[in-house]
Amino acid sequence: MLGRRKKVVAISSGGGHWVELLRLRPAFEGHFVVFVTVNEAYRAHVGDAPLRVIRDVTRWDKLGMIETSLQVTRVLVEERPDVIVSTGALPGFFGVLIGKRLGAKTIWVDSLANVEELSMSGQKIGPHADLWLTQWPELARPGGPEFAGNVLGLPG
Amino acid sequence: MKKLLVTVGAQMPFDRLIRAVDAWAAEHPEHRVLAQVGETDHRPAHTRWTKFLMPDDFDREFDGADAIIGHAGIGTLFAAMQRGKPILVLPRESARRETRNDHQIATARAFEAYSGVIVAWTEDEVAAGLDRLLATDGSTTLGDVASGPLVERIARFVDEA
Repeated sequence: MLGRRKKVVAISSGGGHWVELLRLRPAFEGHFVVFVTVNEAYRAHVGDAPLRVIRDVTRWDKLGMIETSLQVTRVLVEERPDVIVSTGALPGFFGVLIGKRLGAKTIWVDSLANVEELSMSGQKIGPHADLWLTQWPELARPGGPEFAGNVLGLPG
Repeated sequence: MKKLLVTVGAQMPFDRLIRAVDAWAAEHPEHRVLAQVGETDHRPAHTRWTKFLMPDDFDREFDGADAIIGHAGIGTLFAAMQRGKPILVLPRESARRETRNDHQIATARAFEAYSGVIVAWTEDEVAAGLDRLLATDGSTTLGDVASGPLVERIARFVDEA
């Protein structure tokens, strides 16, 4: 490992996004990780790692978007992470957008579920992330997301 | 007797799948089926059912099942494949207002390549798919966490941040 131990905020909504985020844990080994997600019950998945819960939201819920973005802002101001990583969806969108303003390095990993096109959040936030990854080689392009494998971790 | 777990995820019900499995279960009383049906008024007549499963119960039911039946959600597919369980999925369709876009159809297409993953493209294919599912021993097994180039790429980025 290069240099010091970093603080990483790993943020996502629930369901598949959360499962994909959890599968990336080995990438943060040796660093201090704070998980941010939308379901208190997910605490059981992260062992001793801190987990902070925010309100879930969809893009059809404008008022909810304001509340979630404020909650994400609060978490990031308090945690002051060096790196923010997200697998989606809207909570991660806010994480990357706000985190970048606060000086963190940001990683957006588009969901494996987006096989034929990038997610709506991904298309909007990807260009703002310092590292933008797609899990499908056919979606990678210059100036767009990079392909470096997927969360399955299987050959081929 | 096989133990089958049906799950439609926490977000929206998926009665089309529940009805198809229920019809099959009526013809196969020798198997034990638990259906997680979501927030819906539809009640299956031939399977046990619950609206939701909390994470601990979810894990226990998954561990105890011989095979999984679900919507084609990434979380559901991973939960089955991390345990090496065979799984049948019926993708939700946006045209039927079962989801907001057709990502489950794309997901099903991508995962169909793995052994032990069976896709019913319509509800009419569920019964035949279930017969195949019961004859399937396991699935391509995933580790609990990812490995390989994606993890290495992100780890390098974090180290250098």
